[in-house]
Amino acid sequence: MNQTKEDHPLTKYIAEASKQGLSKAQIIKTLTDEGWRINDILDVILERILPEDVKVQEVAPAQDAIISVRSIRKSYGKVAALDNISLDVPRGSVLGLLGPNGAGKTTLVRVLTTLLKPDSGTAIVSGINVAENPSLVRNHIGLAGQYAAIDENLTGKENLELVGKLYHLAPEVIVARTQDLLERFSLVDAANRTAKTYSGGMRRRLDLAASLVGEPEILFLDEPTTGLDPRSRSELWEVIEGLVKDGTTVLLTTQYLEEADYLADNIIMIDHGKVIAQGTARELKAQIGGGVVELHLSDKRRMTEATQLLQGVGAEPAHVDEVSGHITIPVEDGAKTLVEAVRLLYTAGLELADIELRKPTLDEVFLKLTEKGASNDK
Amino acid sequence: MTNNLTASKEHIAKQGVFWILSDIMAMTKRNLVRYIRLPQLLIFSTIQPVMFLLLFAYVFGGAIKTPGNSYINYLIPGIIVQTVIFGAMQTGVGLADDLSKGLIDRFRSLPMARSAVLAGRTIADSIRNIFVVLLMSGVGYLIGFRVHQPLSHQLLALGLTILFGFSFSWISATIGMLVKSVETAQVAGFIWVFPLVFASSIFVPVASMPNWLQTWAKISPITVTVNSVRALVLGGDVTPALWHSFMWMAAILIIFVPLAVNRYRRST
Repeated sequence: MNQTKEDHPLTKYIAEASKQGLSKAQIIKTLTDEGWRINDILDVILERILPEDVKVQEVAPAQDAIISVRSIRKSYGKVAALDNISLDVPRGSVLGLLGPNGAGKTTLVRVLTTLLKPDSGTAIVSGINVAENPSLVRNHIGLAGQYAAIDENLTGKENLELVGKLYHLAPEVIVARTQDLLERFSLVDAANRTAKTYSGGMRRRLDLAASLVGEPEILFLDEPTTGLDPRSRSELWEVIEGLVKDGTTVLLTTQYLEEADYLADNIIMIDHGKVIAQGTARELKAQIGGGVVELHLSDKRRMTEATQLLQGVGAEPAHVDEVSGHITIPVEDGAKTLVEAVRLLYTAGLELADIELRKPTLDEVFLKLTEKGASNDK
Repeated sequence: MTNNLTASKEHIAKQGVFWILSDIMAMTKRNLVRYIRLPQLLIFSTIQPVMFLLLFAYVFGGAIKTPGNSYINYLIPGIIVQTVIFGAMQTGVGLADDLSKGLIDRFRSLPMARSAVLAGRTIADSIRNIFVVLLMSGVGYLIGFRVHQPLSHQLLALGLTILFGFSFSWISATIGMLVKSVETAQVAGFIWVFPLVFASSIFVPVASMPNWLQTWAKISPITVTVNSVRALVLGGDVTPALWHSFMWMAAILIIFVPLAVNRYRRST
């Protein structure tokens, strides 16, 4: 940092290259190929080494965003898997990418982890343009995909050592990290057994450990807990929380709203390749109003009658929730509606078994948003 | 200043070659561990060729005329080349297995050399083929296979056989990356290899085949390679066949290495 601007190797190179008559695009390409980050180059250029008309093609990533996605599109035939997706992930945060099967979550992860080229749009990961410099991006990321990507014929330890070797780490670093990861993921006892003998939960833990061997700045987790039993799931959640505390940025896809609610700082809901909502869990819940009055009757046979009676009291019509079997009324002003509902039911002689006022769940947000999307399609 | 820049580039390039080799070695080792942990895989993959060997040596052999050589001596070099080809088919099966388990995705997301996954697999399968060839030669010796050519010729024959298997591994790799499922890779491997193996000089002299088949069988990559190996281990004129064999291998590698690498890069 205490280098003067003329001393900076970039300054020298750019000055020399422009004397030789290289085009600006060529200079930028050479520099990015050599491993310079767009941010560094921008810094130097902004010091006005080059004439003022220089325009860098890249969209500058949003302040402090470690992942910046702009207008990404990817189609398979006529189906748009990603339809103009833009998003930013602040450094050190957890982004939960939420959506049903086929929403485009995995496709987006594949684009950001250099496995798939988008049809159009820009993705900048850790300051590097993914399309232009995929091999540089790979130094900064870790990926744990939908399947536990481990070699069953190798032991747990060998699996981690292999990944360390492929990250080109020094031998002593590989040994230390392998040991550390085996301990952190409670795999020490199984370290010298072939992964073939591991349980589902152990395989996922080994897979996650493998994705951390390179100490990535950004960790991509594609449905990390799908198919796990509740205990293994909460174990994995704890591990992820620990990583975030250590400063890792996490992008996580999930179908479980609970998981996003628990782990993610920000949630982006996607459906049919489009962002349909984003914000914190709290903000998203607030999107569908103040809350929900939920009640059930002592006499289940009179549900329809009660539902009709309560039609007008809430912000939206009362309906019977198919999962819980309760009557649910979305409300703006919770307390008032609650009293009104009780009064109406009492007058009609309908006995209440239970009534409560609560915040909406992310499930309700999601259903409401996807319903809206579906009715807009028609 | 420009000198500094080029110097730094060379430095990166040197490191690059080192890491490519290191990655290829790591992947080769990973693929070979399977055979060390499960030696029965090696044994089982030789049972089928041994059965072919015994079947042809003792059942059909008596009816096949091979001027200048005993049938056993004629047959063994052919069977060995056949074994190496079948071994090469495992390359595609192994890659399809890695693909279906998500391992290829993991490797592609690592900062490793792009070529190392495929090269590590084809090299590992070639090393495995060396063991299988030695094993088959041993079985051949037991049933009366004898050679009188110098050791250098035998080693040359071994090298040629392994190189031939290596080039077929790349065809198999391309198929494996295309079909993506282990079962399909297994079937797809044998569909085209079987006719190719039989329409060659592995089991019978090409001259005994009908004319239309001879047209192909004479120039088949398998025929020219088997003829080279035969000439090397038993004696005879090597040059034209060996030349043809090298041309085939070069052609196969020139076509299928880029195809396989391209499939690897685009694999989804």
